[in-house]
Amino acid sequence: MSVLARASADEIALRLEALPPAPPHRRLRGPETGLVMVRGRAGGDGASFNMGEMTVTRCTVRLDDGTLGHAYVAGRDARQAELAALVDALMQDAARQNAVTQVVIDPLHAAQAARRATEARRAAATRVEFFTMTQMR
Amino acid sequence: MRDDPDALMRNDPDALMRNDPDALMQTALAGFADPVLDAQAAFRAVLEALSRPGRVQHLSALPEVPPGLSPAAACVLLSLVDADTKLALAAGDAAEAWVRFHCGAPFTPVTAARFVLDASAQLGDLDAGTEEEPELGATLILEVAALSEGPGWRLTGPGIREVHHLHVEGAPAGFVAAWQESRTRFPRGVDVILCAGDRIAALPRTVAIEEG
Repeated sequence: MSVLARASADEIALRLEALPPAPPHRRLRGPETGLVMVRGRAGGDGASFNMGEMTVTRCTVRLDDGTLGHAYVAGRDARQAELAALVDALMQDAARQNAVTQVVIDPLHAAQAARRATEARRAAATRVEFFTMTQMR
Repeated sequence: MRDDPDALMRNDPDALMRNDPDALMQTALAGFADPVLDAQAAFRAVLEALSRPGRVQHLSALPEVPPGLSPAAACVLLSLVDADTKLALAAGDAAEAWVRFHCGAPFTPVTAARFVLDASAQLGDLDAGTEEEPELGATLILEVAALSEGPGWRLTGPGIREVHHLHVEGAPAGFVAAWQESRTRFPRGVDVILCAGDRIAALPRTVAIEEG
């Protein structure tokens, strides 16, 4: 689910095209956008406080066989929420689960990991070692 | 099932977030096909029904209805009830799960509710508002067997030119007497929306009912 939450609607749609066509689905609720209060705890064990609100879009779909799929994604992309809910429903079918994992989830996961690694490398190139500077004096 | 967090998450993420084990029952029935326009149409029908007491309104855009609710009552709930309106519901578990999923309304006892859908509720038990804020009076959504315009109850009051006749089948025994009793506390009071199949008719607290 976290992979789908980070993937854009276009990315998910592109991967889904590689699968046999998904059975028709119907929207039970949403996609609808609302606010969710994010709460935190100072130091992980302090008193909980409200950190701020974030925009969340949720969607629930039903496949023709009655399987339900839910998705909550950050932001306002209704299409992403609906596709993520559809993938959630498809993943519950044991016959489809493997194919969906291999064709949709794994490539998205790999792409996201690669993107993160590139960003980390670029950030690392500009890293300043304060420890080295103190030694130079 | 309840011991498996993944299964819980899949079935109703809201319930898990609220940490409410009773809510983990799910519904697989859709609400309005077009949530905005259908809710507006249903709201318009309710408004029309309340401004012309006793006139029967037909609802066209109906949701998938769980057992225990009529299509009209489900429509009224979808358009009037949300997370900020306290609701007293006695229509079975399937209806409760459906309302929780689509409306997210908090359930309360009859005496504290803004909207009541409970066949056993007495008009006198409902919150009638206060003299200063009579608009806080509850609205009773009453399921009846059939509604039509014709000989039956004789309605008079604001919104009716002279007299209007409404035929109601399956109203609770003693409803008309309870209504007359309820009207004595005006401006405090309770408004009623009658639902049967895809039809609604409303009885705002200003209307007077006579049998025959």
